[in-house]
Amino acid sequence: MKLFGIKIPMMTSLIFWALVWEIVGRMDVIFLIPPMSSIIAAGFGLVQTGSWQNATLITLRTFVLGMAMAIAVGVPLGVAMGRFKIVDNIFGLWVNMFVSAPLSALVPVLMILFGLGETTVFVTVFLFAVWIIVLDARAGVMQVPPSLIEMGRCYGASRFTIFTKIILLSALPEILAGIRIGLIRGVKGVVIGQILVSIIGYGELFELYSRSFDMERFWALTIILFAAAMVLSAVVEHFEKRIEYYAGAR
Amino acid sequence: MANPIPLRTADNATPDAVVEVRDICKRYGDVEALRGINLQFERGKLTTLLGPSGCGKTTLLKIIAGLVPATSGQVIVNGRQVTGPGPERAFVFQDFALMPWATVLRNVAFGLELKGMPQAERHRIARHYINEVGLSGFEEKYPHELSGGMRQRVGIARAFSVNADVLLLDEPFSAVDEQNRRKFQEDLLRLVDKERKTFLFVTHSIEEAVYVSDRIVLLSPRPGRVSQIIEPAIDRSAAPDVIRRDKGYLDVVEEIWQGLRQYAE
Repeated sequence: MKLFGIKIPMMTSLIFWALVWEIVGRMDVIFLIPPMSSIIAAGFGLVQTGSWQNATLITLRTFVLGMAMAIAVGVPLGVAMGRFKIVDNIFGLWVNMFVSAPLSALVPVLMILFGLGETTVFVTVFLFAVWIIVLDARAGVMQVPPSLIEMGRCYGASRFTIFTKIILLSALPEILAGIRIGLIRGVKGVVIGQILVSIIGYGELFELYSRSFDMERFWALTIILFAAAMVLSAVVEHFEKRIEYYAGAR
Repeated sequence: MANPIPLRTADNATPDAVVEVRDICKRYGDVEALRGINLQFERGKLTTLLGPSGCGKTTLLKIIAGLVPATSGQVIVNGRQVTGPGPERAFVFQDFALMPWATVLRNVAFGLELKGMPQAERHRIARHYINEVGLSGFEEKYPHELSGGMRQRVGIARAFSVNADVLLLDEPFSAVDEQNRRKFQEDLLRLVDKERKTFLFVTHSIEEAVYVSDRIVLLSPRPGRVSQIIEPAIDRSAAPDVIRRDKGYLDVVEEIWQGLRQYAE
């Protein structure tokens, strides 16, 4: 980025806003905004506490389990929907409905079904992530060029070989894009689930800090979550770019 | 309007007919795509199926390939009836049908890979044909790094490397620009001469058909039928530029155009 002809580094805007935050915080205008420096200090303190480490463990565990389940169910279901008209007819409407539905509204129902514990959060992560993974896998399978499948048949590939060596590989960029968006949605799911359940993991901590007006720790926790979501997304994106490179121009 | 010219049919088959098409009909619902097609294709010859769009030339080629089932009639290749794709036939696709995630080498060797040939051997064969089509040095490139013409060379090398008796080419040069197309046609003639295989070539370009073919089958549209068979006796030993200005060549082009112009709008 250039400003008045001077090249300014990428992180400048971040540092600028952190400075503005610091000044506003020091001015003691509103208790909601403590100085950035004390938030960061609180952050370093926070990560050393047992309660944070414990909450992180729970969050990671439910997130990883929920995502694993979402991928394990979503990819095969999407692929089946792309391949078989009947599967598509059975599930199509539901998937399209759930992909845009405000799923947070369902969490209270899940709490009744699964209790106030990790199971509810796990199901929330799954429900947030799975639909987009299904839709993208379906789209990926459906865009496989028919001539590529004919090519496989011509050169003697069995149906199974065509499926594994042509259809799945051809759909891989879309499947990965779905997983990346699913991961981001899953992060929302794990946070929203925990906050609504509010007695485990980060939800418990958020609840505790906001009730006791411990804004330094509250913001520190928020920033950690934001950073984690961004890093996760960047990692998948990097992986995806390499796949896209091989998939190239279709 | 149908005034079919008497054809050589299965009864007086030439001994060297590799592919025989007997009474092929094809319907798509109510649409009749092909009606009563009888043709033979001899070893070492290049036959072109030529006709306006909608005449079913690609459908006929795909029926011979075993990719599309015929409504009635038979296709016989090397004395055996076709029920599906087989190793004695290889197909070159209009849109190349290359796997974008695989290198040129792997794409060319893919037919052999499906046959279960060990990697070292199939790579040796693939390299040979990559060289034959003039793509040496591009073995490790991916399809999106190549031009359209080069991609189709990969498609042709793949078809050659499985060592099929019959090569089916479905408008292979239609997505290739004009200069490369001519070069391509010349290379194809060289390969026809060298490999002694039976070539079936589909195109809608009259000049291309006359330039490369030993025999041209003209198809008329709706329903597709054989309307005329032309054998352009062109001396292929001459230089390409000489051939393209040859009177015999131009006369055949004109003759075909007169046969087809009724279908032009």
